[in-house]
Amino acid sequence: MPTDYLLSQLDVLEAESIHIIREVAAEFERPALLFSGGKDSIVMLALAEKAFRPANIPFPVMHVDTGHNFPEVLEFRDRRVDELGVRLVVASVQESIDSGRAVEESGRWASRNRLQTVTLLDAIEDNRFDALFGGARRDEEKARAKERVFSFRDEFGQWDPKNQRPELWNLYNTRIRRGEHIRVFPLSNWTELDIWSYIEREGLEIPSIYYAHEREVFERDGILLAVNEYLSRGDDEQPFTATVRYRTVGDMTITGAVMSTAATVAEVIDEVAATRITERGQTRADDRTSEAAMEDRKREGYF
Amino acid sequence: MDILRFATAGSVDDGKSTLIGRLLYDSKSIFEDQLEAVERTSRDRGEETTNLALLTDGLRAEREQGITIDVAYRYFATPRRKFIIADTPGHIQYTRNMVTGASTADLAIVLVDARNGLTEQSRRHAFLTTLLRVPHLVLAVNKMDLVGYDQAVFEQICDEFSKFATKLEIQDLTFVPISALLGDNVVERSVNMPWYDGPSLLHHLEHVHIASDRNLIDVRFPVQYVIRPHASADPELHDYRGYAGQVAGGILKPGDEVLHLPSGFSTKIKKIDMAGAEVTEAYSPMSVTLLLDDDVDISRGDMICRPNNRPAAAQDIEGMVVWMSAERPLAARSRLVVKHTTRTVKGIVTDLHYRIDVNTLHRDETATSLGLNEVGRVRMRLTQPVFADPYSRNRLTGGMILIDEATNTTVGTVMITDAH
Repeated sequence: MPTDYLLSQLDVLEAESIHIIREVAAEFERPALLFSGGKDSIVMLALAEKAFRPANIPFPVMHVDTGHNFPEVLEFRDRRVDELGVRLVVASVQESIDSGRAVEESGRWASRNRLQTVTLLDAIEDNRFDALFGGARRDEEKARAKERVFSFRDEFGQWDPKNQRPELWNLYNTRIRRGEHIRVFPLSNWTELDIWSYIEREGLEIPSIYYAHEREVFERDGILLAVNEYLSRGDDEQPFTATVRYRTVGDMTITGAVMSTAATVAEVIDEVAATRITERGQTRADDRTSEAAMEDRKREGYF
Repeated sequence: MDILRFATAGSVDDGKSTLIGRLLYDSKSIFEDQLEAVERTSRDRGEETTNLALLTDGLRAEREQGITIDVAYRYFATPRRKFIIADTPGHIQYTRNMVTGASTADLAIVLVDARNGLTEQSRRHAFLTTLLRVPHLVLAVNKMDLVGYDQAVFEQICDEFSKFATKLEIQDLTFVPISALLGDNVVERSVNMPWYDGPSLLHHLEHVHIASDRNLIDVRFPVQYVIRPHASADPELHDYRGYAGQVAGGILKPGDEVLHLPSGFSTKIKKIDMAGAEVTEAYSPMSVTLLLDDDVDISRGDMICRPNNRPAAAQDIEGMVVWMSAERPLAARSRLVVKHTTRTVKGIVTDLHYRIDVNTLHRDETATSLGLNEVGRVRMRLTQPVFADPYSRNRLTGGMILIDEATNTTVGTVMITDAH
């Protein structure tokens, strides 16, 4: 028995996240959890499972599908959703494009990253979701470092960083009007290292692409992109085979791999602890647009 | 490894961003690409040195104006502790954001520029820190290099602050002379100030004892959510009824006699589950699920406590309020939505006793309203009881937020002094 009743940092983070998840289930009518198959959303889903055990998770899971997914991740998503017996809502960016709601970008750095916002906001409206869990962490990015755990979105899905609701203690203001919603970030206070440590402690399964594997890649502006059907390469972008792993998992057209031989969780943790470059800086082309790229996307309704 | 949450208050001029930048940099928590981006931006703007404030001021408006507007949360770890920094704005205009950051902090660092001594701003920060009852306060006297590392300057500031501190209820106060820019007494003890025999700032952050800051005496369990897997395929679970919530005080164990509010009915704890696994005890801040011996009608917003130690079931609240709305003032007869633990009720302000000047602590008893960022003492009447303790006894059962019913925004916060 501990004499000073201290909890480890993972226990404290877990308790805080579960409190947040339960608060949403208690106070909102139609919440949903955004699940991408990435490590953060896997941890978030595991926490949701724990929050309501032995009952089932009392809300559906939503995936915003850009149509450019890693097949390993889709396979993982479907299996996990089956295991948990939760309803999966897939919001398809391809359908948004086909129906003319979103217009495909062109050019070398064309991606569907920004288009996801259209699909996401449409899906929120169609399903009348009033709260959406996202797996974003504050240590990821400087605009996210400023965002509340319960982040208000107006009827256009916009974030207003200068007018955020004060958030004291563990008291969250969940009141909204019809058409508005709240983005909820239960992992706000987790770092990349905390996520990996928790995956290790809990023995959570994650998609195989997070571990070192051989893959055909090419380099573009310092980012290693997988050779895939959605990306055309220039003459100077010669493919080569490398041993890589993914540090983040997103749209195949913008998510870069890192050179790595880390094949186990423990090896990944060693690597993360020693790295000198942020995960988004190393692997996300979408954040390289400008200093305030994330803030601008969030204002438009991005995750 | 445990977590220490600390808030930093001060303006860019006091070297707050430099201090945070140094803590992050020396603990290897700033990444190369972040530093490069900051160096690039500093260069593009024609600044001579790398402006570490750009690391923490993440919003476009903050970068444009060169000020911190809202709380930024930063993370770093040493082998001893994980740290969560709530980097809060110093300007009076953003007091509500500072209060937000301080509400969850175990410790606050108030920065003072050694050349200027105590300012109105440092007094305000110290006052707000104690109003929110941050258990540990550090007065970091910065820029000691610019006063020749002079012991007399440091001691004069300490004396002056100590005198001011007698007006506040500070639980634990530490003074550290530092130079955030040069690193003196930040991570390592400084060789430039041999007269100082205290710990470096980081050493203090790593070792300050926070375990007993929580209330481990008064059992308080606000029921957050009722878990009833009645539709489960497992027949064993048809009668499962778990009361989920985050422990707000005391230690709960299976077999303990507990009392339910508002019913006043007593029963025993049968079992405690945490994240799906059984545990032998629960204490703050654990999120657990209680199973009880008897079938009691319990729902969200109720409170579980001990028969001989209960919070007040209070409809009349006295407390200190920080007002956070620019759109409407707080005054007698203001009607508000009140959220306290897991319970939301309505309330009306019956009396504004006084407004307190956050810079001088002067009480203005003629005040009839509070505007944005103003602090005062109020009495409120609630439509239904909340199960409350004085804030000085328990930060979780002693704090409430006030919500505007028309706009749904959070417009204020109350630290309860008396509830009945």
